[in-house]
Amino acid sequence: MIIKQIKKVQIPGLLLSLGIFVFVSMAVGTLLTHSSDLDISVVWSDPYYQHITKFSLYQAFLSTLLSVLLAIPISHALSRRSFWGKSFLLKLLATTLVLPVLVAVFGLLAIYGNSGLIANLFAYFEMKLPFSIFGLNGILLAHVFFNLPFACRLFLQGLSSIPEQQHQLASHLGLKHWNKFRFVEWPYIAGQIPHTAGLIFMLCFTSFATVMALGGGPKSTTIELAIYQAIKFDFDLQAGALLALWQICLCAILAILIQKVARPALLTTNFQGIDNTFPHDTLLSKCWDLFWIAMITLLVVPPLAMVVFSGINHKLWMVFNDLGFWMAFKNSIVIAAFAGMIAVIFAFFILLASRQWRLVGLNNRADKVEMLATIILVTPGLVISTGLFLLLREFSSLSSLSLYIVIAVNALMALPFTLKSLAVPMLQNAQKYELLCNSLGIFSLHRIYWVEWKSLKRPILQAMSLSFVLSIGDLSAIALFGSHSFSTLPLYLFQLLGSYQLESAAVVSLVLLLLSVGTFMVIESLFKETQPHIKRAKHD
Amino acid sequence: MLTPALAAAEQEKLTIYTYSSFASEWGPGPKIEASFEAFCDCDLEFIALDDGVTILNRLRLEGDSSEADILLGLDDSLMATAKKTGLLAKHNIDLMPVNVEDGWKDDTFVPFDYGYFAFIYNSETLKNPPKSMKELVEERDDLKVIYQDPRTSTPGSGLMLWMKTIYGDQAPEAWKKLAEKTVTVTKGWSESYSMFLKGEADMVLSYTTSPAYHMIAEGKQQYVAASFSEGHYRQVEVAAIVKNSKHKQLATTFMNFMLSDAFQSEIPTGNWMYPVTNVLLPNEFEQLTLPVKMLTCDSNEVDKYRKAWTREWLTSLTD
Repeated sequence: MIIKQIKKVQIPGLLLSLGIFVFVSMAVGTLLTHSSDLDISVVWSDPYYQHITKFSLYQAFLSTLLSVLLAIPISHALSRRSFWGKSFLLKLLATTLVLPVLVAVFGLLAIYGNSGLIANLFAYFEMKLPFSIFGLNGILLAHVFFNLPFACRLFLQGLSSIPEQQHQLASHLGLKHWNKFRFVEWPYIAGQIPHTAGLIFMLCFTSFATVMALGGGPKSTTIELAIYQAIKFDFDLQAGALLALWQICLCAILAILIQKVARPALLTTNFQGIDNTFPHDTLLSKCWDLFWIAMITLLVVPPLAMVVFSGINHKLWMVFNDLGFWMAFKNSIVIAAFAGMIAVIFAFFILLASRQWRLVGLNNRADKVEMLATIILVTPGLVISTGLFLLLREFSSLSSLSLYIVIAVNALMALPFTLKSLAVPMLQNAQKYELLCNSLGIFSLHRIYWVEWKSLKRPILQAMSLSFVLSIGDLSAIALFGSHSFSTLPLYLFQLLGSYQLESAAVVSLVLLLLSVGTFMVIESLFKETQPHIKRAKHD
Repeated sequence: MLTPALAAAEQEKLTIYTYSSFASEWGPGPKIEASFEAFCDCDLEFIALDDGVTILNRLRLEGDSSEADILLGLDDSLMATAKKTGLLAKHNIDLMPVNVEDGWKDDTFVPFDYGYFAFIYNSETLKNPPKSMKELVEERDDLKVIYQDPRTSTPGSGLMLWMKTIYGDQAPEAWKKLAEKTVTVTKGWSESYSMFLKGEADMVLSYTTSPAYHMIAEGKQQYVAASFSEGHYRQVEVAAIVKNSKHKQLATTFMNFMLSDAFQSEIPTGNWMYPVTNVLLPNEFEQLTLPVKMLTCDSNEVDKYRKAWTREWLTSLTD
């Protein structure tokens, strides 16, 4: 039955999606069967694994709670105030999610670390730093640094979609701060909370590089890090795979729970929010908003500024003269460029398949196809790359394969994000042109070029830059394969941090920051150029 | 003009997996590479990996398709585990020049240096160092120590075996007591040593030979290894030929070279360890603390129980 309903155009996407699923299962399977004495009960009866499971959940819960709770007053304050530098601040908030983890960690260490700015300030008054950034403190700080701005952006999106009439009505009715928040603004924030919280929870739950850099000992270890330790240090592939399955199960349960709670959020992407007008301003509410805006600024700006300032130091030329740095640089660019392209091409074909079903209302089926390809989101990159290598090692040596493996795994890890960012534009394109194309007989490559590429150029470039930036900051795929002769910029940075060469590390952090945030901002501003068209269209 | 390049292309290439500090520019690697290449007319390449455990695991991951000819930098505690993989070949080396306490008879591994684990302190700030492990662990609440993770670092793993030989079944309680005075457990040696030098702890886990570095390279006398009455755990660093090596002849030549004076005399001030043959030591080495007793553990036993002992350490710390 189903076979008959599949159109030709869907075949590549369906095969890809199925292929990815089979591939991921095979990779996990290879690890599982690599050694023979399989005992699943090990994972849940072992007190240490119980401890790290609890810790993973606990830190993810706290990180989510802090990020979401703080985002409410902050986004509220940002939505009703306009001030000098606001658009720049909002841009910075958008960048934290694409910032390579180690760069952010470097910035945070430069402020809160044992020899950071605050410690120096304390030392000036001959006091010791009353807290340590290593352990739970640091993990929470870094997670909030990444996710609070993200939550703020989403809530802000919700707040700016409040229709002007509701603001007017509120002011007619004389609703003051608390009541206006409660009856007008809160519902728009509340609508975003389940999704936002769910996503942040998942990101923190599977956090790897943050915990590796700031964990500070076996007490603060997540499942993802334990997988890395099992594979890299104990060469216990089976334990790694079992822990990966355990993590996948927990994530699946969470995802189902979130789906049950969350209503599908309608993202009105083209909606231009209006300025929030409210006549009942008081000094108290001014102070209140000022406090929260200052808080987010103080959280986000200083670490980034430190990366820039400390990056320009006397080691700059030494790093730029180091062959190792340029090898890592070249590898990073090659990996990120290819991974980005592959991720976008895969997403394109998979969405060609799934949108056909969406067009005729078979949303469930379309969701499943996309879900199969998204499975990598909960599968640790290290497990995939190790499994892939074990599958291929008969044919070639590690040194000749590692580059391709890292590209493949990075492409897969970027795929869920490219899928997400292309899904809506591609569906809209199909809604607009499907019937037209059918009646004019525009098919296959002609259609891809004249219809899809012509109108989807910008979203495609955006998706490509997103996956480029994600891949350039990734540490997990290369973690096992790296050596001093094959590394990427994040690994190179990690090695420098590990051997305490902080000044050189500062330079590499700055380069990574410029590469990632720079790419992101350039593409964003290219994208902005089309905005006037949309606006003009509205006014017409 | 083209002749040297062509000659280089025809040279046989020997690939050695080692740990990064051995191959780094301030380690003994570059000098050893130069003197061996002059002697063998071949191309020697060190592939630098994080540490001994990583070297072994890289080989296990690559299996039969590995490009390595020699692994250099495992330690004696890993020998049984490494042999079990079946990926290593037996050597044909005359072990006569090797001079280590208790002798050396292994048919797969050839030692290239050794050292004793010890806690290092600054004698200018710490006037009454502990005289035994038991004093450090059980009595001294005034001290702060830093050591390394036994899973990720060879000194860390050495401390685990050291504690095990001293405390046996009582090790979990001892770990808990040690945890109370531990500033942090670091992934690698260099992190913890720099933290110690910055003054973040009173003592750091390292080798009895570490003070030699301060004396010779920096002219500083204040860093001393605390002598413990129970004795000190010994680490012997070893190398072995990979079974699937395509350059076995050359690999054997290197293993013999490893026991020659040219290699061994680079060890004391390059790797800051004791050489395994009777080469002349720098004078400063005479001032180093010599252990009252050498402690060691059979590597078969280590292979059998390493997982359990590591788990014991982990659970003692997370309880």
